[in-house]
Amino acid sequence: MTSTLTPVRKRSALTKGQLPKAAPYIVLAVALVLGAAILALIGFNAFGWGLVSAILFAAGLVGWSLAVEGARKAKDKLATCLVVGAFLIALLPLFSVIWTVLVNGLPGLLDPGFLNTSMNGVTGAFDNKTVEEGAPLLGGIYHALMGTLLITVLATLISVPVGLLTAIYLVEYGEDRALARAITFFVDVMTGIPSIVAGLFAAAAFFAVVGPGTKTGAVAAVALSVLMIPVVVRSSEEMLKIVPNELREAAYALGVRKWRTILKVVLPTAISGIASGITLAIARVIGETAPILVTAGFATAINTNVFSGWMASLPTFIYTQILNPTSPSNPDPSSQRAWGAALVLIILVMLLNLGARLIARMFAPKTGR
Amino acid sequence: MAAAMEQGTDAFVPYIKICRAPAAVTSAAETRIPSKPKDREVTTTSLTKSRGAGHAGDKVFSAATLAAGCLILVVLFGVALFLVIQAVPALVAPPDKIQGGEGFFTYIWPLVIGTLIASVIALVIATPIAIGVALFISHFAPRKLASGLGYVIDLLAAIPSVVYGAWGVAFLAKEISPSYNWLANNMGWLPIFQGPASATGKTILTAGIVLAVMVLPIITSLTREIFLQTPKLHEEAALALGATRWEMIRMTVLPFGRPGIISAVMLGLGRALGETMAVALVLSSGVLTASLIQTGNQTIAAEIALNFPEASGLKVSTLIAAGLVLFVITLGVNMIARGIITRHKEFSGAN
Repeated sequence: MTSTLTPVRKRSALTKGQLPKAAPYIVLAVALVLGAAILALIGFNAFGWGLVSAILFAAGLVGWSLAVEGARKAKDKLATCLVVGAFLIALLPLFSVIWTVLVNGLPGLLDPGFLNTSMNGVTGAFDNKTVEEGAPLLGGIYHALMGTLLITVLATLISVPVGLLTAIYLVEYGEDRALARAITFFVDVMTGIPSIVAGLFAAAAFFAVVGPGTKTGAVAAVALSVLMIPVVVRSSEEMLKIVPNELREAAYALGVRKWRTILKVVLPTAISGIASGITLAIARVIGETAPILVTAGFATAINTNVFSGWMASLPTFIYTQILNPTSPSNPDPSSQRAWGAALVLIILVMLLNLGARLIARMFAPKTGR
Repeated sequence: MAAAMEQGTDAFVPYIKICRAPAAVTSAAETRIPSKPKDREVTTTSLTKSRGAGHAGDKVFSAATLAAGCLILVVLFGVALFLVIQAVPALVAPPDKIQGGEGFFTYIWPLVIGTLIASVIALVIATPIAIGVALFISHFAPRKLASGLGYVIDLLAAIPSVVYGAWGVAFLAKEISPSYNWLANNMGWLPIFQGPASATGKTILTAGIVLAVMVLPIITSLTREIFLQTPKLHEEAALALGATRWEMIRMTVLPFGRPGIISAVMLGLGRALGETMAVALVLSSGVLTASLIQTGNQTIAAEIALNFPEASGLKVSTLIAAGLVLFVITLGVNMIARGIITRHKEFSGAN
C-alpha cells in the first residue's frame, strides 16, 4: 500500500532532454583548462588562450547539446555562440586601439611644452640629439591644435545655419514636394561623399575661383562643411519631425505667424536634440584628415589666419609625423609626438561625444507629467 | 497676386494658414484668396492690424530655408562641376604626359581594382561580424545592457581614421605579419596568398582589415535599427509555435531585414571605397598584384592623399580626375543603397 502512494520523483517529460542550468559554466571551465593546456604545449599567450578556449567552449556546448537536446537546440546554441563571439571580436579592435594610443601617447602628452609649443624651427638635428644624447624632446602641437580649432569653428559656422535652415525647410515647408524629395535624396547621397573628394572639391573650387595652389584654412573649412552639412541636416530633421504637431497647432490657433511659431515654439522644443546632433557632427569632422591634407597643406609654425597661408591641424600633424618623420634616421621622437597628438585628438572627440549626450539630457524638453 | 493678397484680403491669411498648418504659402493658396467672400473681412478687422513685420518675416524666413535647401543641391552640383573642370586637362592631355606615360585610363585602372580589392576584403570581414553584433544587441543581450553595448560599438565610429591608420601601421601590421608567413607557406598555392609574404605586414590585407574595423560600426548601427523594427507579433508568433530563438530569428528577423542589410552593406562599401587615411598609412603601395600578402596595390583615395600635397600642374589635374572617378563610383553605390532603402520605406524608421 505504501509503495503505491509514494510519489515517484520522475523527470517530467517537459524538462526531459535539457542541459542542466550550469552547463555553460561547466563547459567554460573545462574549455579554459583545456585551452591553457594546449597553449602550454605550443607556447602560451593570452590572445591565443582566449581564442582556443572560445572555440573549445562553442564546440563543447554545441556537441553536448546535440547529444542531449537534439539538432534544433544545438543549432540555437551554435547561433548564440557565434553572435556573442562576433560581439567580442568587434570589441577587440576598440580596446586595442585605445590601449595602443594610451600607452604610446601618454609619454608624449606628459612632455612639458607639448601642448603649448609649435614645431617651428624644430629640425631633425634636435631629434637626433634627443635620441643620441638624451636632450629634452622639443616641439609640440600648439600650432596643430589652433589650426584644428579654427578650421572646425569656421566649418561649424558655415554648416550649422545652412544645415538647420534646410532641415526646417524639409520639415516645415517641404511637404512632399519634388524639391524636398530631391533635397532629402541628395543629402543622403552627400553623406556618402568620400572625405577626400570633399577636399578635392574645395581645392578645385578655390583653384578655379581664387587661383591655382590656394591652400588656406578657409578652404579646409569649406571642405569640412561639405561633410558636415548632411549630418546636421539629417539629425536636425529627425529632431524637428518628432516635435508634436499639437504645439504648432496651438501656436497657429493663437494667431502666431508661422516663422514665429518655428523660432519660438518648434526650435526650443527640439533644441536639445539639434544641439547634440551638431556636436556629433563636429566630432565627426574634427578627426578628418584627408580633406585638410589636400586643402590646407602642412605648416610647422603657428598660423591663426584662416584666410591666408598653410595651416596645420591635429590629424595632418599625426599623418606627417608618422609618414615623414622630422628626422628620418631617428623616427622615435616624431612617432612619440604623433601618438601624443592622437591621444589629444581622441580625447577631444570623446569629450564632444560625451558633451552631445549631456546636452541631449540637460536641455531635454520637460514633458510635464 | 501677392499684391492682391496684401491689399484686400489680408484677414484671411492667418485663417488659411491654420487650415493648411505646416504648408508653405503656395501659389494655389494665394490664387484662391481673392475669390473668398468679402463680408467676413468686417468681422476680423482687428487681425488686419497685425500685418507688417510678421508678414515680411514669414516671407524672409521661408525664402531663407528654401535658399539653404537649394544651396545643398548647388553644392553637390558644384562638387561634380568643379571636379570635371579641373580634371579636363588630364583627360585631354597626350598619353605620354600622364604619370606612367600611357594615358589616364592605364593610370587609373590598377587604382580602381586596388580600391575594389581593399573594399571587398573589408566587407567580407565586416559584414558577418556586423550582423552578429547587431543581432546580439537587438535580440540576445540583456535588455538593460543593450543600449550601453550599442554605445560602445558606436565608439568605434568615433575614433578618427588617422588614428586607425596609425594603429594599423604601428600595432596590427607588426602583430599580423607572422600569420602572413604562415599563409604564404601553407596556402601559397592560392594566387591570393602567394608568397613571399611582406616582412613588415604593410599589405592590402592589413589595410582591408583596418577598413573592416572602420565600416563595422556603420553596418552594425543600420542593421540594428532594422532588426529592432521587426514586428513583435511575428516574433511572438514564431516563439509561440515552439521555435527556438535562432529559428525565430531566421523565420522573422532576417527575412524582414534583408533589404536593410543589403543597403547597410552598400553604405559600408561606400565608406570603404572612399576611406583614405587608413590605406595611405598602412599600405606600402606598389603595382597591382593578385597576392594580398605582398606589398603592392594602391587605392584611389590613398594615391590622392599621398601625392596631392606635392603635386603641381598636370599632376593636380590627374589626381582630381582620379577623385572624380572615385566620386562617380561611390555616388553610384550610395544611390543604389539609398534607392533600396527608399523602396522599402517601411523599414526606414520614419513613423
